[in-house]
Amino acid sequence: MNSFKENTLEASIWDALLEVSDPEIPRLSVVDLGVITHVQVDENNNAHITMTPTFSGCPAISYMQNAVRERIGAMKSFAEIDVKVSFEQPWNSNKITERGRAILLETGFAPPPKHEGYIELSVLEHIACPYCASTNTELQTPFGPTLCRSIHYCHNCSQAFEQFKPVV
Amino acid sequence: MPISDTTTRTALKNLLFNMADDCLILGHRNSEWVGIGPVLEEDIAFASIAQDKLGHALALYTILHENFDEPDADTLAFMRSEKQFTCCHFVEIPTQEYDIALMRHFLFDTADHLRFQMLTESSFTPLAQLSRKIQGEIAYHTLHANAFIRQLSRGSEEAHFRMQTALNELFPLALGIFERSEEENQRLQQEGVFAGENILQQRWLETIQPIITQAGLTLNTSVEAVLGGRQGYHTEYLAPLLEEMSEVFAEDPTAEW
Repeated sequence: MNSFKENTLEASIWDALLEVSDPEIPRLSVVDLGVITHVQVDENNNAHITMTPTFSGCPAISYMQNAVRERIGAMKSFAEIDVKVSFEQPWNSNKITERGRAILLETGFAPPPKHEGYIELSVLEHIACPYCASTNTELQTPFGPTLCRSIHYCHNCSQAFEQFKPVV
Repeated sequence: MPISDTTTRTALKNLLFNMADDCLILGHRNSEWVGIGPVLEEDIAFASIAQDKLGHALALYTILHENFDEPDADTLAFMRSEKQFTCCHFVEIPTQEYDIALMRHFLFDTADHLRFQMLTESSFTPLAQLSRKIQGEIAYHTLHANAFIRQLSRGSEEAHFRMQTALNELFPLALGIFERSEEENQRLQQEGVFAGENILQQRWLETIQPIITQAGLTLNTSVEAVLGGRQGYHTEYLAPLLEEMSEVFAEDPTAEW
């Protein structure tokens, strides 16, 4: 069981991580993206942070790992900082926070539909348009500019848009 | 659960190398479409699928590095000799035309998806955890493959002929995915590590058959499997591929990127 001090330090790490961005969608923090799976400060004042990639082939994970190490290092509050990448608690698209979903929408990305451990990929056919909210849309390709995004077209506002893909 | 028994560990290590080498080599083949895909969306699709495959290879080599005292992923990918690779011939053959690329994508990724689904139950925890992650990603590959196999095979007469020819040509090679040592396969089954290549092959046939039928193609299953890859015997195409793939790395293996 952590002491009060350790809990407070852990909360301060979570706060600091809100300032570390997803390099591809800079308004979205790694916390809101849901890739931080564990934060712990041990009795020797070492910080342990565990992250997991959105897609296992994501080339941005080591960049984010370094950014996390740098940001927590700048707090100058810990003896050692250990940031590891693990699949123990794998990412799935439900891990994006409510705030993260709102940021995605404001940035012009359709947030992924929520799922219950199973996705019928036909849901991709009529994703709500992030610009006009119409579902008169179609999937153009499940493979977009990055592994985690798909490309859609809205027939209502004649606009192509991207979606952050649902993944179980 | 840690796997301590030596025979099981060897069988598991071989399984991991087979899987990782298949992903790496097919990833490289898929990446050959970058910039020359028949339409922009397909160019990006094959690039994305290639990137996923390399990610899966990286994760599997990392498991080997962390649990089996193997060198790191870059060394395993770029510094081994042809004989040390255990990929199947199916992933080695050149990409040639889009019909071959698509049919290979369909046959391989269906097997890969089923394999990772089975491995989510593995008694070897690192592999079970990784498989839970990967099977969600490959769902997009099979979605793509199934759609294109159906559409193209039902296109013009020429398209249908070419897809049927690709299927006939590739099916014996695809059977090489399931090449196994019966002894190791049984050991992995007994220890709950992997339900086995024989069960996987059966499920694969049951899964591809309906899609092939919907596509209006016919499948002749009474053919001989092309074997040897899992024992380190390869086609003439692997050595040049490895040379090309490792060219930059071999220039200066200590370079920082």
